Amino acid sequence: MMENIIHDYLRPKKSFPHVWCPGCGDGIVLNAMVRAIHSLGKSKDEVVFVSGIGCSSRAPAYTDFSSLHGIHGRALPFATGIKLANPKLTVVVFSGDGDALAIGGNHFIHACRRNIDITVVVINNNIYGMTGGQASPTMPTGAYGATAPYGNLDRPFDVCKLAAAAGANYVARATAFQFFQLEKCIKEGIEKKGFSVIEAVTPCPSLYSFFNNTGRGVDMLKKLRDRAVTTQKAATLSPAELEDKIVTGVFANENFREYCAGYAELVEKAERSKKNEESL
Amino acid sequence: MLFYKLFKDKDGRKVGFVQANEACIEAALLAGMRFFAGYPITPSSEMASVSSEKLPMYGGKFIQMEDEIAAMTAVCGASMAGLKAMTATSGPGFSLKQEAIGYAAMNEIPCVIVNVQRAGPSTGLPTQVSQGDVMQARWGTHGDHPIIVLSPSTVVETADLTFDAFNLAEKYRTPVILLMDETLAHMREKITLPAENELKLVERKRATVPPSDYRSFDTRFGDVPPFEPYGGKYHFHITGLTHDEMGFPIVEPDDVVKAMDRIHRKINNNLDDIVKVKQFQTDDAEILLVSFGTPVRTCLGAMEIGRKEGLKIGVLQLQTIWPFPDKAVLNLAKKIGKIFVVELNMGQIINEVQRASQGKSNIKGINKYDGLFISPDEILSHILESKG
Repeated sequence: MMENIIHDYLRPKKSFPHVWCPGCGDGIVLNAMVRAIHSLGKSKDEVVFVSGIGCSSRAPAYTDFSSLHGIHGRALPFATGIKLANPKLTVVVFSGDGDALAIGGNHFIHACRRNIDITVVVINNNIYGMTGGQASPTMPTGAYGATAPYGNLDRPFDVCKLAAAAGANYVARATAFQFFQLEKCIKEGIEKKGFSVIEAVTPCPSLYSFFNNTGRGVDMLKKLRDRAVTTQKAATLSPAELEDKIVTGVFANENFREYCAGYAELVEKAERSKKNEESL
Repeated sequence: MLFYKLFKDKDGRKVGFVQANEACIEAALLAGMRFFAGYPITPSSEMASVSSEKLPMYGGKFIQMEDEIAAMTAVCGASMAGLKAMTATSGPGFSLKQEAIGYAAMNEIPCVIVNVQRAGPSTGLPTQVSQGDVMQARWGTHGDHPIIVLSPSTVVETADLTFDAFNLAEKYRTPVILLMDETLAHMREKITLPAENELKLVERKRATVPPSDYRSFDTRFGDVPPFEPYGGKYHFHITGLTHDEMGFPIVEPDDVVKAMDRIHRKINNNLDDIVKVKQFQTDDAEILLVSFGTPVRTCLGAMEIGRKEGLKIGVLQLQTIWPFPDKAVLNLAKKIGKIFVVELNMGQIINEVQRASQGKSNIKGINKYDGLFISPDEILSHILESKG
């Protein structure tokens, strides 16, 4: 039986209810994230929880970590400032698909390239929920939304391929149905020195379902279960067989130099220059 | 790669022949700046270069971000982690930073933003001077927000106002904008920086309550809430949403008004501490030149030449342009019948001078917006023209 530890991590003075709709996947992802931190034995004092704007970005207000609910798309540069200013902190970011990949897309690829020790959980529900169901950069071609009444023209980003290509040290994907796998990925991401991206594929039974008739929360979770295949299984499938599948697992597990560690090396060089300066 | 050298004088003060861009960073380092996030843009780029070289020597952090927005948000993050933080940019970059500047105002994040003004709109004249961002510095980000804007006219003053900018940011938990311009940025002058023991530095007020009683925006100790950095026993939340003392979102009309009033009151109730002006020969003046930034130098030149020719000119320099120095302008408007507002734009600060002077004086603008700096002769010919 799983021990329920979430209550130890909720903010004592925050009045609930939260903003999430019944059947939303955001609470599942938050629980996985809290359990990952708990299992790593981290003190709440050393964690900073950062987000941008959107449904999932409301999460930091609910947990008893110090937190920053930022501006749309900019969660990663906020987090970068915090981490570089104090590299001892464990910085975890929640960012939705629109937040991370559309308005924050540039920050996303550059955070991967910079490889700073931050863990970002991209909560991907394929739609802009908070603003009323507009097409997001991960919405499948042909799907419907408030700004895609004739079906979405755009092709969706593959979050994991993008992150791995841009140089993140750790990249993984799990669905909200695969709770323990999700928890494990977030844990590995936090443990990994360098930039970690965990894509959590979640249901939006309010708006995605409203426009695309995908049923209620439980129906959508079941669908995620059915669509999920491991990377090993995916390797045996044809492109046609993979069409509607969600490939889950680890896509990158590298050990490129982490940014703050690189900065510490640079400081040694600078200190030698300072001695020259002071001898003037 | 630095293009200047500092030497120590016999009292241990650093002396050099430097550009204002360089002076600003040297002063910022003395003021305790330990984080700079930047993005390359003319004519402020030297500030990022100097920071990249010097900050690691001082235990600080420099980062070149992927864009202007990221630089401003990283500054917010670093300041919340406890470091004195700054960024520097110019016109187009200043436009991009606006949303995050509003976030800093809303969350009372101490930080300094330098805008080296160049001619606009849009890409404009990237290497040429302007003062076209006066109103943007005040109202660039959306919504009613408090802001402090300082504008230096010499290299020495750039250093002085950089100290002031950091001190005001820390004291009032607010973003402070240092509004420079291209002419000043690249002008070299001799500067003597204060020795470390001569500095009067302000540090943000820390919490005195136990962690269980901490509030992100505590109003029990005055209008400026005590600050605790990320990483410690104090767990707190901040958000760009209109929030209560705990940092949690609010929508109740009375609560919203209370929150908005306080963040403005902390600035507006301290104008005597924040607003700085300088007066030159205003006692017997019959003509007043009101200006800010680099053109103040030209005004002083015009004053000197004009007085030799019998024109009793005085100069009012606005070192603080926001909050606007209403009191100083009104006092002089009451006793000097003719005011010329000198600015390198099509007329921005003149509207404030007109408002503040309450119709007590005859006000005209002397404006230049061709990308070139203004000369004393140009000012004098305007004065003589209006005399008829």
